[in-house]
Amino acid sequence: MKLILKGGRVIDPSQNIDTVMDILIEDGKISRMEKNISISEADSKDNIEIFDLKNKMITPGFIDMHTHLREPGFEYKETIRTGSEAAVVGGFTSIACMANTDPVNDNRSVTEFIHKQARLAAMANVYPIAAVSKGQDGKVLTEFGDLKDAGAVAFSDDGNPVTDSGLMRHALEYACSFDMPVISHCEDTGLSSGGLMNEGIISTQLGLPGIPGIAEDIMVIRDISLAGFTKTRVHIAHVSTAGSVQAVREAKSAGINVTAETAPHYFTLTDEALKEFSTNFKMYPPLRGSDDVEAIKKGLRDGAIDAIASDHAPHSPIEKDVEFEYAANGIIGLETSLALSLRLVHDGILTINQLVEKMSVNPANILKIKKGSLKTGSDADITVIDMNKIWTVDADKFRSKGRNCPFNDWEFKGKAVMTIVGGDVRYADSEL
Amino acid sequence: MDLSRKDMLGIIDLSREEIDLILDTAESFKEISTRKIKKVPTLRGKTVITLFFEASTRTRTSFEIAAKRLSADTINISASTSSVVKGETLIDTAKNLESMNPDIIIIRHSAAGAAHILSGLLEQSIINAGDGAHEHPTQALLDMLTIREKRGAMEGLKIAIVGDIAHSRVARSNIYGLTKMGADVAICGPAMMIPRDIDQMGVSVYYKMEDAIRNADVVMMLRMQLERQERNLFPSLREYANHFSLNRDNINLAKDDVLVMHPGPINRGVEITPEIADGPHSVILEQVTNGVAVRMALLYLLSGGRK
Repeated sequence: MKLILKGGRVIDPSQNIDTVMDILIEDGKISRMEKNISISEADSKDNIEIFDLKNKMITPGFIDMHTHLREPGFEYKETIRTGSEAAVVGGFTSIACMANTDPVNDNRSVTEFIHKQARLAAMANVYPIAAVSKGQDGKVLTEFGDLKDAGAVAFSDDGNPVTDSGLMRHALEYACSFDMPVISHCEDTGLSSGGLMNEGIISTQLGLPGIPGIAEDIMVIRDISLAGFTKTRVHIAHVSTAGSVQAVREAKSAGINVTAETAPHYFTLTDEALKEFSTNFKMYPPLRGSDDVEAIKKGLRDGAIDAIASDHAPHSPIEKDVEFEYAANGIIGLETSLALSLRLVHDGILTINQLVEKMSVNPANILKIKKGSLKTGSDADITVIDMNKIWTVDADKFRSKGRNCPFNDWEFKGKAVMTIVGGDVRYADSEL
Repeated sequence: MDLSRKDMLGIIDLSREEIDLILDTAESFKEISTRKIKKVPTLRGKTVITLFFEASTRTRTSFEIAAKRLSADTINISASTSSVVKGETLIDTAKNLESMNPDIIIIRHSAAGAAHILSGLLEQSIINAGDGAHEHPTQALLDMLTIREKRGAMEGLKIAIVGDIAHSRVARSNIYGLTKMGADVAICGPAMMIPRDIDQMGVSVYYKMEDAIRNADVVMMLRMQLERQERNLFPSLREYANHFSLNRDNINLAKDDVLVMHPGPINRGVEITPEIADGPHSVILEQVTNGVAVRMALLYLLSGGRK
């Protein structure tokens, strides 16, 4: 089976390509990329499929490097099947999933199980992120080598910070042996515990205990210090504060090997959104102030922040339709992340090329997976975007089991209209 | 003029005119409580439910007396006897109550925003009787009624609120109300009990008792509850009493005719010494009396009554 994508604007920052071209896909790989690929006589209509993608953008498949798929253990919130289906509908060909399942992904059998479920689902590529510590309890390192063999791509105790600086040091050092990143959820629990939202005038008005921005900054600075001291690398998850952005920026210019991601809600919403106590705006780290939002945008633009990841965190109404303080942290994002990020392009904050870097090229480089490029011979993982398609979010129609979406009823401009994984069209908009 | 709102969730979104309307109405209702037969038929046939997820004697009793003096039928549900212990969610509890067609539901809950959940979900009028550290609107209204009775108006008065501001819904509702009515509000407490950016709510902030109460027309002391606070917040009640209690020495810094207020229950010897609580400046029990009048006024106005 062959596919030809005709007439789209191909954007591939990995090869400095931004031009209208055709792409021929054969046997799941990109086989040719040329101005005008003609269909030879030999190719009958039966074994070739042609898509006219005029006025569409063709990019290397988008990668969401921070999701929670909840399986095993919390299948009522999400499964690897529903989560990876939500991924392809949202334009993601690859996703990485965090280890805070039940049991925790801290051993080979869970990592292998995730791979098996992903293969059966046959939607997006799913890359398991294994725990840093056994049971994510911050005491004993997991078997990094065995987990890599089983197919893990990174280590993270996401959901819990690694509070013991000595253990974090050892994790960074040992991960070097396998050339794998440690992804840090930065939270000083002494400052954050009991907190329910960003600390500031809004938390003061609402009478909700606050989480100061420095609870994040302090741990980001700690992890940067550790990475600098041990000459290792660290990736900072879900950056939400101006202080973190500045710390990462300075560390990079000092030559420390640090990368960072943020999530779309941190450049879209502020803590003002909490005024009606809606639990769909409750997440960790919490929504911050407008200065932080501006700093995140600036960090994305100047490269302090390398990647955009959704932190897709599905919950059921059991956890969300309760009093604010009892509600679980987290919002879903796989099916809105791209549209929210495209707003940065429409608003002139990022070029489309920069966006493709943040959502495909850079995540692939950070996770060291052979993705994020349309080079001849690479896997045909492709996202097709219609920059001008107007659509309205209807969370009830999401493929994800989660309905904890703060963007329901929002109108967006721009959407993934086709998602190709390994040469297989896994999602196509009905209009195509 | 009537109060054209379904619920009373907080003082934050009340206008000055609405506050005046409620206080005027309360003033006219006060007389009923002094009659020999303390009952008028105004709310006959209406059903009022008090749904209290937190222990309370004063506030719940005050609401119940207010409703009964207006001839409403009252049902009291407290968390210990309700289905909450069986693990039912707030939303399910609320929907079940709604199915029995009450007219007004009065809720107190330890979680900020609990009254908002009911407000968005139910047709009934919801009165917030205290939600976490968020708001306690009827307390602020009765405090304002008390000040207005004694001083005629709140405009220009210097009012100090002293204590654990961070955990106090009484402080928040009073800050909204008193600043709207033109008072000059000073808040005071140890710094870890002063929530961040509170100056943006239009108050001045003090960390020393003496600075806050100097020349004050009104000093409002808050109940100190170390047991409800997070760990390590404050060394001891003894230390607190030494530096943040209202006593016979520091009260001289305030105006000669200062009003001493407290939302109750009082910790005698902690935030206020007995001789001050029982002394000539104290209007603490008049606050309680006014609580009934203010709650009668609210029940009446939310039921569609006009002044």
